[in-house]
Amino acid sequence: MATTTAVQPAVVRSPTQTGDVIARLVTLMFAGLVLLLAGLIVLELWRGSAPARMHLGWKFLFGSDWNPVTDEFGAAPFVYGTLVTSAVALLISVPLGLGAAIFLSELAPAGLSSGLTFLVELLAAVPSVIYGLLALFTVVPLTRLYVGPFLNKTLGFIPLFQGRSYGVGYLPAALVLAIMTFPFIISVSRESLLAVPREQREASLALGATKWETTWKVVVPYAKLGILGSIFLGLARALGETMAVTMVIGNAASIHASLLAPGATIAAVIANEFTEASGKIYSAALVELGLVLFGLTIIINGFARLMIIATTRKGSKRS
Amino acid sequence: MNARLMWRKAVNAVMLSLTGVCTVLTVSTLFIILGYLLYNGGKSLDWNFFTKLPGAPGELGGGMANAIVGSMQIVALAALIGLPAGFLAGVYLSEFEDKTFASVVRYVADLLNGVPSIVVGIVAWALVVVPMKGFTALAGAIALAVMLIPIVTRQTEQFLREVPNSLREGALALGASKWRMIATVVVPAGSKGILTGMILGVARIAGESAPLLFTALGNQFWGGLTEPTASLPVMIYLRATSPYDDWHRQAWAAGLVLIALVLVANIAARLVLARGISVPRA
Repeated sequence: MATTTAVQPAVVRSPTQTGDVIARLVTLMFAGLVLLLAGLIVLELWRGSAPARMHLGWKFLFGSDWNPVTDEFGAAPFVYGTLVTSAVALLISVPLGLGAAIFLSELAPAGLSSGLTFLVELLAAVPSVIYGLLALFTVVPLTRLYVGPFLNKTLGFIPLFQGRSYGVGYLPAALVLAIMTFPFIISVSRESLLAVPREQREASLALGATKWETTWKVVVPYAKLGILGSIFLGLARALGETMAVTMVIGNAASIHASLLAPGATIAAVIANEFTEASGKIYSAALVELGLVLFGLTIIINGFARLMIIATTRKGSKRS
Repeated sequence: MNARLMWRKAVNAVMLSLTGVCTVLTVSTLFIILGYLLYNGGKSLDWNFFTKLPGAPGELGGGMANAIVGSMQIVALAALIGLPAGFLAGVYLSEFEDKTFASVVRYVADLLNGVPSIVVGIVAWALVVVPMKGFTALAGAIALAVMLIPIVTRQTEQFLREVPNSLREGALALGASKWRMIATVVVPAGSKGILTGMILGVARIAGESAPLLFTALGNQFWGGLTEPTASLPVMIYLRATSPYDDWHRQAWAAGLVLIALVLVANIAARLVLARGISVPRA
């Protein structure tokens, strides 16, 4: 840590010290601005959602009717859509991402590993509207014509894969989210795996374990907090993702058991309806959805950061 | 070799190759995305795209000149607000550290970084659009600046922390005051990294569309600071979800232009500028 308090200059007060005081105050002001922004976000969401909170109370969170005409607003279809798409996305991206992270940290030579990680991190830089554009013209028709009917035929006995395949729906949204989350999972998990001390691997190999047994039973458990943190980071991103999901989920305010049916997520309904929301309670209900989304992502991100901090500390202490 | 050992070796081989398969699948996604964009966008991109205004619905031809200029205006303004603010906050965290307060700011900056962009859009709408009684490029720029500040704060802090303490001590020993030490020694020493972080941050907000949906909105014509203004990402969304084939074609062209800008900025920042510096994730 680069603290400079230990090397404070001479005792003599020179005129330049006023400069120091000013510099300190100015930078402090901008550091305070970060806190102020966070405070403003909470305050505005709370204030903006007041009419809806007064009018609807807890019914808002659990109601499943969303009808702007009669001022009935239930968030359940959107909360359901958000959770289902994120869960399915993680079911796909966690094994893929963890597998790739293991390859990059344990098997690939250093040069190849950093090159491939660079490419994966470029994926994280692709704007979400581009993912939406691609998905709308590739994943959606593929789901309608091939994946949907195929799932109907083979796994149709499970309610998740029943019913007509519209193309747009939970499944394509989850697929896009999976692609958008694995860059985070790969790059953070890879770093946690690389932070595992060499001795751990050597000890296990010396006991006769195979490379895979060493990786799976020694290295991965050692880095588990960081890996879990990376999954939470991915989850927070998936929950809050807007554009790509809005473009492929179908935007229907209803709950369906089938993954092939159209639905909506919290972020998608805000993006779709906010500018058209007339009426005080309607727009306040959308702001309240924003508040719910904000709360969800803050909790999950908070956990993720704490876990990542915990692993990096553990790694640096023991190695 | 007994059966148990053979089984273990087989599991080893299978699982290790599966991790390789995972890597191939994930990395190839990038090439599939780029290839598909290049194919579809390349087919659709023409000179009109850069010089003409959008046509009426269903009309053939037209371009996105207004969206390109609009994006530039919004992003430039956001950078003008967000870069200095984030930079100064980062300097405070690294150089004037005040233990508990600094760690609170750091944690809050990380959390701000994770706030969904659509939520930032709502807040900018409430704070700027409502009082100004209209959608403006300014509101869009403020929304993007709010996203940029925590990114730049954390990146600046991290790169300043990597500057060795001996440099600071040297400057102070020569009689420099603290702010001169920061301005003439510490910041220049960390400048490459900070610049990289700034470019990556700006590249990230340039591709954002969710916060612009109800701040800058969109416009069929040229926008302005206090008028609704079109931007490339929002235009891609509107065009792609429209029913017209010619508009889909334009969405592809805009997608290609946007990804080219974002990737060139990323590659330039990471490979050329930041050679040998490890860049933390934005």
